[in-house]
Parts: sequence; C-alpha cells; structure tokens
Amino acid sequence: MSIDNSTVKKIAKLSKLAIDSSSEDIMRDELNNILEWVDTLQQVNTDQTEPMLSVFNESMTFREDKVKINNDQNDILSNAPEENSGFFVVPKVIE
Amino acid sequence: MSLYEGLTIKSAIDGYKDKKFSCEEITKYYLDNITKQKQLNCFITETPEIAIKVAKSIDQNFSYSSSRCMEGVPIAMKDLFCTKGVRTTAGSKILENFSPFYESTVSKNLWNEGAIMLGKSNLDEFAMGSANTTSFYGNVINPVKIDKNLVPGGSSGGSAAAVAGNLCIAATGSDTGGSIRQPASFCGIVGMKPTYGRCSRFGMIAFASSLDQAGTLTKNVQDSSIMLQAMCSYDPQDSTSSKNSIPNFSTFTDIDLKKKKIGIPLEYQIDGLNPVIKKRWEEVAEYFKKKGTEVIEVSLPHTKYALPAYYIIAPAEASANLARYDGIRYGYRENSDSLDELYEKTRAKGFGPEVKRRIMIGTYVLSAGYYDAYYIKALKIRQLIYNDFEEAFKKCDLILTPTTPNVAFAIGEKQNDPLEMYLNDVLTVPASLAGLPAISVPAGLNQDGLPFGLQIISKPFDEKSVFKAAKFIEDLHL
Repeated sequence: MSIDNSTVKKIAKLSKLAIDSSSEDIMRDELNNILEWVDTLQQVNTDQTEPMLSVFNESMTFREDKVKINNDQNDILSNAPEENSGFFVVPKVIE
Repeated sequence: MSLYEGLTIKSAIDGYKDKKFSCEEITKYYLDNITKQKQLNCFITETPEIAIKVAKSIDQNFSYSSSRCMEGVPIAMKDLFCTKGVRTTAGSKILENFSPFYESTVSKNLWNEGAIMLGKSNLDEFAMGSANTTSFYGNVINPVKIDKNLVPGGSSGGSAAAVAGNLCIAATGSDTGGSIRQPASFCGIVGMKPTYGRCSRFGMIAFASSLDQAGTLTKNVQDSSIMLQAMCSYDPQDSTSSKNSIPNFSTFTDIDLKKKKIGIPLEYQIDGLNPVIKKRWEEVAEYFKKKGTEVIEVSLPHTKYALPAYYIIAPAEASANLARYDGIRYGYRENSDSLDELYEKTRAKGFGPEVKRRIMIGTYVLSAGYYDAYYIKALKIRQLIYNDFEEAFKKCDLILTPTTPNVAFAIGEKQNDPLEMYLNDVLTVPASLAGLPAISVPAGLNQDGLPFGLQIISKPFDEKSVFKAAKFIEDLHL
C-alpha cells in the first residue's frame, strides 16, 4: 500500500499539521519507506489471534462517586497563551 | 573532590550518617560539575535554588534513624515528568514555557523519600528518538569519550549522560521501546525498566500510554533497586497502575541464582550484531553456567516482527496523545484568524520533524480503511510476542540478551533515514511490547573503549531476579 501526495495532504489535515508543498514529497517518501517496512507484518498469520490492546490485566478500580476539587481555575489558566475573564480565548468561530 | 567522585546512593547516605560530608556539600559538588560540563547539554532546566534549599533543610533535620531511601540524594529528573512550578518541556518547543501546577507521582514519591532535584534533564522530543538528537534544546554529548562527539542514546539521553558524566548520583528515565536501557548501554551505566504498571504514569507526559513506563538510571545495580523502591507505588490517578504488592527490591541479594534458569533466545542473534557484543554475551552465559545456573536455549519466534509492530502501535497512541497540543490551553501558539489554521500552524511550528512523522504515521494507521490492516494487525502481533515470552518463561526464569546491536555512534550519523535510527531499539522493543521488567547492565568495552550493556528480562513483577542476575554480571567487572 503506497501513499501519494494527496494522501499526505489528507493525513496532515486529519493530524492538524500545516504542511507546505515543498516538504510533501519528502514526507511521502519517508512514510512510504516506513509503511513498506511495517508491511512485513503481513507475512504472519494472525487469523486465530486476538488483538492485544494492553498488557495490563488487573481489574480497573471504580473511584468513589464524590466531587473532588484538585484543580484551581487560575492554575489551569496560568499556562494559557491567551485568557480573558476566566476563559480560554480562541479565534472567532461563529459568524 | 575525589572523595565525591564515585558516590552512589548507598555511599552518599552512609557518608551523611558518618558525618563525612553534608548534603549541601554534595549538592554543591554536583551543581558545580553541571556548570563545568555545560557543553554536554544534559539539562534543559537547572534548579540550583531548589536543590540548595532542600539540601539545607535535609542537613538541618537529618536523622540517623531516617528510613527515607533517597535521603539527600541529588538526582536529575527527566524533563518528561511534570514538576510543580518548574518548567517541563518534554524536549519540545510546544511546551517551551509550560509550568505544571501539579507534580507527577513518580517525582512526588522521590521527593517524599528525600531525593534532591538538580534539574530537568534533556531528552528526545516527547521521548521519540534513540540518540537524543530530536530534542528542541539540542543534542547531548556522551561523556564517555567527549572528544569523539558520540550520542548518549535516547530518549533518556540527558539522564544517562548526567549519571555517566558524574553530574548527579542517579536519574529518572522513561522507557517506551528502550529509552532507558539503550542510553544506559551507550553510556556504560545501569538502566532499569520495571514491569508495566509498577510506576504511576500520572504526570509523566504521555507518548504511547500502553508502553510508557518510568525507571531508573544509576551507577550500579544496588542503587537501581533503592531508587526503584522510591518510585513505585499504586496510584489511583493512573488507571493502569498495578495493585501488585511491591517487594523490598534491595533484598534481591537473597535470591539463589543456582535455582534460576537462564534462557538465551536464538532470535536475538541478529544480522549486524557487533561481534564483540555477541562474544561477550556468550562469555557471560558461560559465567552463569560456572556459577551453577542452568543456561538453556529458548525461542522467541516473532522477535523480528516486534520492531515493525512497535512502529505502528507507538505512533498510533502518540497521534492520539499529542492531539492535546492545540495552542489553546497551554503551550506554544501560532496565532491565526481561523481556529483550524491556528491548530495546524501551532502544531507545525511547535513539533519537530520526528514527532510530526510519528503523528502522521499514527494518524494514517488509525484512519478509516487502514485501521485493520495496520493497527489491528500490529496488536495481534503484540499478542504473539507476549505469547512467545509466556512460552519461554515456562522453560526459564530469566532471559539474557544484548541491549543494543552496537555501541554509541557519532552525532549526525543515522540522521538521514528514520528506519536506520529505529533499528537501535530492535533488542529492547520486544520486552516493552510484553510489558516485562528489563535491565541493561554494563558488560564491558569494545576495542575503542566504548561501553555496551547486556539485557536481562524476567516474568512480570519479578524485578528482584532481574537485579540479582544483573548484580552477578556487574560483579564480573568486565
């Protein structure tokens, strides 16, 4: 499965990464090299194998359904590139 | 000064108790070394004020009966662990000005045990790399042969170089596919990755959540057991934190190696394995035999598929984890009139090339139409690799392998082809995929005086046996 420039653009869009046309070819070639290499996995018969999402096999613990306040609004906003009146500021999204 | 040169966790604490030196003296000694060795670029952020303040308070309150296992031990904290009020960058431009308002569980545990932070150590951007060359804050120089300009390995390159270069007594690392063991091998020190779930991931900046595990970089095996003790805990804030009881790791010395069986996996004899390393691997197996430990051949048939499977699974998880860097709530922002463009420009400028490459690969293998062929396929391979280990551990208790196919290479090498860089992790990735504890312990030098390590892997939660076998190799003084 080989990818072309339009696929590179599509993945970049999905990844929310601006990509300029000059680096598209490089990215395409690098991704194709990696994908060609990982294609060796197709040699393995996995018909009888279940996918393993995690090695962690202990039961998950439910926490008590209690309100816990660990974070302060000012703390959370302290790293924001732009904030106003207790809110994160983003460009206008509604006309 | 020579009095301090070979200090370990154990000897520093003994020294405080015997009043040979104060904690402040030792802390200043390391801060001074950090200043003298700036060219190594081990630290992204130095924290001398915090270090001195904590050292003074430890001196004032020092109790001979203290049971804190890291009392007054100056360490480097990999800049992947969030430290409250201290800039935490993950080696990325996108977090250049990020100051966490909470403490990671691992670092909190270490401070509670009396450790002192000298600074935040350099790493590959978001721990993605094997040479510390993807850091936005520049590469790190391997202190073993400074004039040769070699990489320290990665991603915990700053931590490993700081320990090897005597800029701290010990350091934290994180290991997703080999990021503790590989730099330990390249720098000639001990690097331990415990069982997945032993150390909490809370506050450790996420790369690939099903693989990420914190661990230690230390001068010797005993130190590793002490420091790991301080780091491990069950943490309700991490849903994959293990409730398995945590043994007293430092009692590993009680284990009888004559009752253990060591497996040598044939599949680790890969093409391109340095002959010096291969020979040493065989010699060490012989030493174990002489000791009375049974050594047998085992097979891990899917080993060669581990690395390609890893390079699907890890980027897939990374692409999801790194979606949080949006330029809105924290981190770098590139302004724009449109929200989508703000995201795209912020991420394009904030992330480096390797991180972007992995986000792209990860997004692709998770996208509609390719999900089954790549991502699900890789997860099935992961199960097969896990099964391989399970089978092997029916026949043996420990597995002995080389840590890396080769010794440290020069800065600038292996930069043109990402695949060539990825091959550094070919021997460490399988244990990561299976979530197993694994250590790299120094096993000698090659003809140019460059160190390399051997790796010991055990069943889940059997870190003590790993330490015991590693100590045996350490005591061979190879």
